[in-house]
Amino acid sequence: MNDTRLKILTFIEKNSRVDLKELAVILGVDEATVVAELAAMEADGIICGYHTIIDWDKTAAEKVSAMIEVRVTPQRGKGFDDIAERIYKYPEVTSVYLMSGSFDLMVMLEGRTLKEVSSFVTDKLSTLDTVISTQTNFILKKYKDHGTILEKKYEDERMMVTP
Amino acid sequence: MRNPVADQVVNMKPSGIRKFFDIVNEMSDAISLGVGEPDFDTPWHIRDEGIYSLEKGKTFYTSNSGLLELREEICKYLDRRFSVKYDPKSEVIITVGGSEAIDVGLRAMINPGVGEEVLIPQPSYVSYEPCAILAGAKPVIIELKNENDFRLTAQELLDAITDKTKVLVLPFPNNPTGAILEKSDLEAIAKVCIEKDIYVMSDEIYAELSYKDDHVSIASIPGMKERTILINGFSKSYAMTGWRLGYACGPKVIIEQMTKIHQYAIMCAPTTSQYAAVEAIKNGDDDVKEMREAYNQRRRFLVNAFKEMNLPCFEPFGAFYIFPCIAEFGMTSEEFCTRFLMEEKVAVVPGSAFGDCGEGFIRISYAYSIENLKLAIGKLKVFVERLRAAK
Repeated sequence: MNDTRLKILTFIEKNSRVDLKELAVILGVDEATVVAELAAMEADGIICGYHTIIDWDKTAAEKVSAMIEVRVTPQRGKGFDDIAERIYKYPEVTSVYLMSGSFDLMVMLEGRTLKEVSSFVTDKLSTLDTVISTQTNFILKKYKDHGTILEKKYEDERMMVTP
Repeated sequence: MRNPVADQVVNMKPSGIRKFFDIVNEMSDAISLGVGEPDFDTPWHIRDEGIYSLEKGKTFYTSNSGLLELREEICKYLDRRFSVKYDPKSEVIITVGGSEAIDVGLRAMINPGVGEEVLIPQPSYVSYEPCAILAGAKPVIIELKNENDFRLTAQELLDAITDKTKVLVLPFPNNPTGAILEKSDLEAIAKVCIEKDIYVMSDEIYAELSYKDDHVSIASIPGMKERTILINGFSKSYAMTGWRLGYACGPKVIIEQMTKIHQYAIMCAPTTSQYAAVEAIKNGDDDVKEMREAYNQRRRFLVNAFKEMNLPCFEPFGAFYIFPCIAEFGMTSEEFCTRFLMEEKVAVVPGSAFGDCGEGFIRISYAYSIENLKLAIGKLKVFVERLRAAK
């Protein structure tokens, strides 16, 4: 990957709302290049989306998230891909990862209530043929998400002026 | 009663803009672009090593010159980054920040009271001149020029040299201008130093913050290592200002005498900081690279902002400062900064704090997030436009 692409990605991973003209100045490349590279990386599926980090706990919205460790029987010739696809098609599933270690798939789930999440696991996930077992872990509090600290605001503790 | 204090100290002018600093430091609601230290926290693995050393009870003095392991790592680093080779046993001393190295270095070299001259290019960091005076030298200021991008030229150096000149302080990459010296500049300066037999105290504390090419140390130029004290430290490159750790490398004859003064005045640099520094210099290259890239992004942002604002400013390639000219407004730097502070609540530093020839300029630090810079520069734009409209 070329250096400009890497610089663009590193920057927008932290701040995807940056003005493109400004991004060009900051990275020391011209704006047309930035626009072209972004378009190319979107087309190539390198950039898959632009999301917002929200601390839902600070809103009135009811939200429960859970991480579910799933053990499955891989299928001949397909490995884990088919079962992963079965699972990620549910809209309440936010992420699915294939894992090394004592279980196979990590499924992240979002629901409105504990009950909603539990019934998804018991009714939909556990009943899939290839699923051997599940273990549900509810998230109690998010301290840091996607590299962003949700709790504390950064405070500059330096003196105002130093030589 | 006799006067309890020494004339030499009383006569030393307190940093010219002390009053301004006092006002600023009491204004809690101002935005500041005024600091001379990184905004990053010390990388965690470095802090962790400091903590670990405390847990293990490594709380004793080290040898006067500092932990041998640290001196060895410093020598490897200087060789790897700047191609200068030093002997860790006899040519390195660990000091309390680069500041102590400046003080002790000058005291080790100057015969007090006989008029030996120390050349100090300005604008530059505030402590060279007082340290030279305390060492008993006669400081001689070389006024660097905007039209040379605040580089020191061989001619300027030559013009300042007398038969009393002993040491040239070489503060590049420069605080407050952001100027650098490139290899060709250094070679010309080195030639003069060798011809005129003068020593160089090269303050390279911002060496890692060079944005054009890699920094070149004057000590790496043939014939210079034997007449150079190279000063560097951990504050700027590893965001370790509060740890107070620096070092000096140079000819054994000088380091030996520096170690003597350091031994009586300080004993040794803080032990916890030394252990943390070993980790920094061994495993911190990636952190340095990452921070340098962040500074460089901000630097480009500011250079462009000043261009758009039509405020004359040469492109700085070092440290984390930009030094625009505000002479068009017909105010002193201090007036400009005070009004800017009062009217827009943004703190920047008057160029005159760094020597008389800094008059007409302001120092803006970009050791701040881009969001912060954007906010402050927006206010500067409003301020500048108001001043221009009033003319």
